[in-house]
Amino acid sequence: MRRFALIAAPYLWLLALFLVPFAIVLKISLSDYAISIPPYTPQFDWATGIGAFLEKLDFENFIWLTEDDLYWKAYLSSLKIALISTFMTLLVGYPMAYAMARAPAEWRATLMMLVILPFWTSFLIRVYAWMGILSNEGFLNQFLLWTGMISEPLTILNTNTAVYIGIVYTYLPFMILPIYAALERLDDSLIEAAEDLGCSRLTAFWLITIPLSKTGIIAGCFLVFIPVIGEFVIPSLLGGSDTLMIGKVLWEEFFSNRDWPVASAVAVVLLLLLIIPIVLFQRNQQKQEEADT
Amino acid sequence: MTRMSWFNTVSLTLGFAFLYVPMLILVIFSFNDGKLVTVWAGFSTRWYGELMQNEAFLDAAWVTIKVAVASSTIATVLGTMAAYVLVRGGRFMGRTLFSGMIYAPLVMPEVITGLSLLLLFIGIGLDRGVLTIILAHTTFSMCYVSVVVSSRLMTFDRSLEEAALDLGCSAAQAFRLVTLPIIAPAVISGWLLAFTLSLDDLVIASFTSGPAATTLPIKIYSAVRLGVSPEINALSTIMIAIVTIGVITASLANKRQMVRQQRDEQSAVRS
Repeated sequence: MRRFALIAAPYLWLLALFLVPFAIVLKISLSDYAISIPPYTPQFDWATGIGAFLEKLDFENFIWLTEDDLYWKAYLSSLKIALISTFMTLLVGYPMAYAMARAPAEWRATLMMLVILPFWTSFLIRVYAWMGILSNEGFLNQFLLWTGMISEPLTILNTNTAVYIGIVYTYLPFMILPIYAALERLDDSLIEAAEDLGCSRLTAFWLITIPLSKTGIIAGCFLVFIPVIGEFVIPSLLGGSDTLMIGKVLWEEFFSNRDWPVASAVAVVLLLLLIIPIVLFQRNQQKQEEADT
Repeated sequence: MTRMSWFNTVSLTLGFAFLYVPMLILVIFSFNDGKLVTVWAGFSTRWYGELMQNEAFLDAAWVTIKVAVASSTIATVLGTMAAYVLVRGGRFMGRTLFSGMIYAPLVMPEVITGLSLLLLFIGIGLDRGVLTIILAHTTFSMCYVSVVVSSRLMTFDRSLEEAALDLGCSAAQAFRLVTLPIIAPAVISGWLLAFTLSLDDLVIASFTSGPAATTLPIKIYSAVRLGVSPEINALSTIMIAIVTIGVITASLANKRQMVRQQRDEQSAVRS
């Protein structure tokens, strides 16, 4: 009896507040837009039942998503921004994780805390910090003008460049931590052996360090890539009007256009898009767990 | 380990500069006297004074704290239960669905979680306000708590629980007297994580809050959309200071506990 209550409480909570809401999104994505409150006409009616529902079923909102090129451009552009920024985060994060793993043992706890500390600080504030740096009269431009490297301020804020900087900055800890975890376990004698056998330092790095930290790299990349696809705050504050990301489109569809059925359809397609990377990520984690045991 | 190579030193220095300089600039310029945020006009704490007079921000801060305390506490209870069920519960009907529902919110884009909860609240006719934000935050943060707690449960020695049961404890007593003290640090970090996630959340709160309840991130977001403001810099500095003190205190306490544990173990070996 007690065991039943223990299972039932979190189970029912998640059913009611995770699964049911998602079923509602699915249902509304199939209904028609209407100027009323709530702004849609339900497609599914318990009275007429499943037969009438199937008769009227037309995927109208989904067809609309393929016809209006705003949507598929936003999906493609989100994918592109996520791919490029994941790669950039890897380029910045890997050397840091590598250096942390090779730092003297007594420093490592402090370095680790320095990486985690920004993660506890408000995401919104960390994005906001860049607005003052990247604007036309911001600190970066003031600095570059002062050094004489440029003669006119660069426009960075409200462009995709600012979005990339914001993503790399906020998601860097997610990339560093799994790579550091993989590199810390790496046995130094393997590299020494490779060097003894005539490998150059770079070849040893390429042939031993990189392959042995592969699971960390993959985990870090997915931890950045998956949330960036649906990112809203960064494109909204740092991006410009031409920065197309699907999280922002969904937000505007819902709050500005008040078209709930289309917003729901956007959400359903976004989730379908994320299933592949999520499954791949899960597999990588399982492989790592199996390797650990 | 030998000295660090110049390459490692450079990449650490540049990397940490990248992580910390933006926040440092924010903190420094919160003490700027001028209205322009990028031109230094002398030291002053006037923006902190103005912040303290700003009723709207204070109200929002109060709502945010209420939501964070309530949601992280409920989430810790439910998340710990879920972790216990997943690690120790054995087989039951719908276990796969259950573990799926625990992991899915971790990777679900916030816009989707927010949208779906809003549609639910409207569907059942629940007025949006503090209560709906608490429900929403509890739902996603209990999953984080459950992941943190279950990783602790998986690594601990089950024979301790079995010994308690053999010595005549009931299952509930064994949990309270043996399991809970051992997993307590994980439960506490789960609570802290849930609390921070709730304090931080903009997207889900925007969907699930009504006109009656505005949280601090919503307030900050609407102010910041119009550009940089010195008042927000002051507010950010206060939040950064609280987090920094919290994290450093927690890690020092953690370190001291580890040292004590080591000493206990050593003296146990000697005696």
